[in-house]
Amino acid sequence: MLDPGPLLPPPSGLLAELTHRCPLGCPYCSNPLALEPKSVELDTLAWVRVMHEASALGVLHVHLSGGEPAARRDLEEIVRAASGAGLYTNLITSGIGLTPVRLDALKEAGLDHIQISVQDAEQGSADRIAGYAGAFRRKQKLAADVVARCFPLTVNAVIHRANIGRVADIVELALEMGAGRIEIAHAQYYGWALKNRAALMPSRAQVEVAVAEVERLRAVHRGRIVIDSVAPDYHARYPKPCMGGWGRRSLNVTPAGRALPCHAAESIPGLDFWSVAEHSLEDIWRHSPAFNAFRGEAWMREPCRSCERRGQDFGGCRCQAFLLTGDARAADPVCHLSPNHERVAALAAVGEDEPYLHRA
Amino acid sequence: MSVDTIIFAEGKPRLARGVRLRHSEAQGGWVLLAPERIFECDAVAAEVLKRCTGEASFGQIVDDLATIYDAPREQIAGDVEALLASLAEKRLVEVSDA
Ligand code: SF4
Ligand code: SF4
Repeated sequence: MLDPGPLLPPPSGLLAELTHRCPLGCPYCSNPLALEPKSVELDTLAWVRVMHEASALGVLHVHLSGGEPAARRDLEEIVRAASGAGLYTNLITSGIGLTPVRLDALKEAGLDHIQISVQDAEQGSADRIAGYAGAFRRKQKLAADVVARCFPLTVNAVIHRANIGRVADIVELALEMGAGRIEIAHAQYYGWALKNRAALMPSRAQVEVAVAEVERLRAVHRGRIVIDSVAPDYHARYPKPCMGGWGRRSLNVTPAGRALPCHAAESIPGLDFWSVAEHSLEDIWRHSPAFNAFRGEAWMREPCRSCERRGQDFGGCRCQAFLLTGDARAADPVCHLSPNHERVAALAAVGEDEPYLHRA
Repeated sequence: MSVDTIIFAEGKPRLARGVRLRHSEAQGGWVLLAPERIFECDAVAAEVLKRCTGEASFGQIVDDLATIYDAPREQIAGDVEALLASLAEKRLVEVSDA
């Protein structure tokens, strides 16, 4: 088996998907259509071990995610283990399921940072997108409780056709909620989001306005809130260096314990994912066939193979390459040099306002 | 010494909320961690940041390091000030008033 050798740099991030269970039903959710049920979830001890192995391997940040991580009663214990292992702990929450009592326990367990998702700046629209009446208000309340406990807060907003005109209002909302940072994340089309792509995709004109708006807002709010953005890649010329490159910076563990190089990697058929129940995280990082599948450059096809940007964007996203061209080794067709780029351009042409298929 | 520097000398630097300093064997040294951000620290930066607890003043930190490194105080002061100013701009360090 290919051994990447002692020079393989360690990962710095771990996305721990503690559960797929979630009270919300966001149509842009990137969880897979086949959600992993509670019965197959890793138990507390397994997660505790994963946190220690991650820290020893070099991981610095752990993002506790899902689904809704608060759906697990042992969240506090997992946080305590991660924090005790020296990891920087970030809780990514929908805001539903956390109470002041649980926030106190999380603080005491060493939680470093909280990220709350918001669906829109308008209550009606926000609740409609989340598929949950009252979600908007509960998130406001939770943010106040979070800030009162001196947790640093990030607001994450996924941007798509229904809210793309309100980016400035969403930033304003994040400021009111007391966030020090906001992520304006244009929808990425995996999982449920791929199913809902036609209903979510904004027009090119809308995207251009939103991108310019973010630049303007950054200048306006400098020093008050950090605005990070995830680019709308269907409308770009070059792809993103997905995850900083496959198997280069981070790993993802699913609720059942499968270790993935990225969140959507299971959409590529034929990859052999190892489980943390059977292998140590270090063994997985170094030897798992799925992690080694797209490391280096030997797997690349033209035009990436001879492209001078290959060390910069690594040919873009493997999952997107597979989903849109049927070949995971192809250039990400978001790239205008890809022979399949026309297909992306066609998909980026805006569709009808169809009803959402809410995530189950 | 300018007025600014005097204020700074009495200010007490500390890591901003949500920022953590840690040593990672596997990453080969000290790192400053904030949400989604990582700053690798060299040995001297780590010594400075370990003292940024909100208790010691800028002047005390400089005195301390000048002793440890047996280096001229002005030189240390310049380095520490440059480091803290750049980290403060990135909102990783805060300097409280005296
Ligand atoms: S995107 Fe929405 S539905 Fe999916 S896990 Fe997050 S809060 Fe739940
Ligand atoms: S051809 Fe491949 S490596 Fe070159 S820019 Fe496009 S995706 Fe990146």
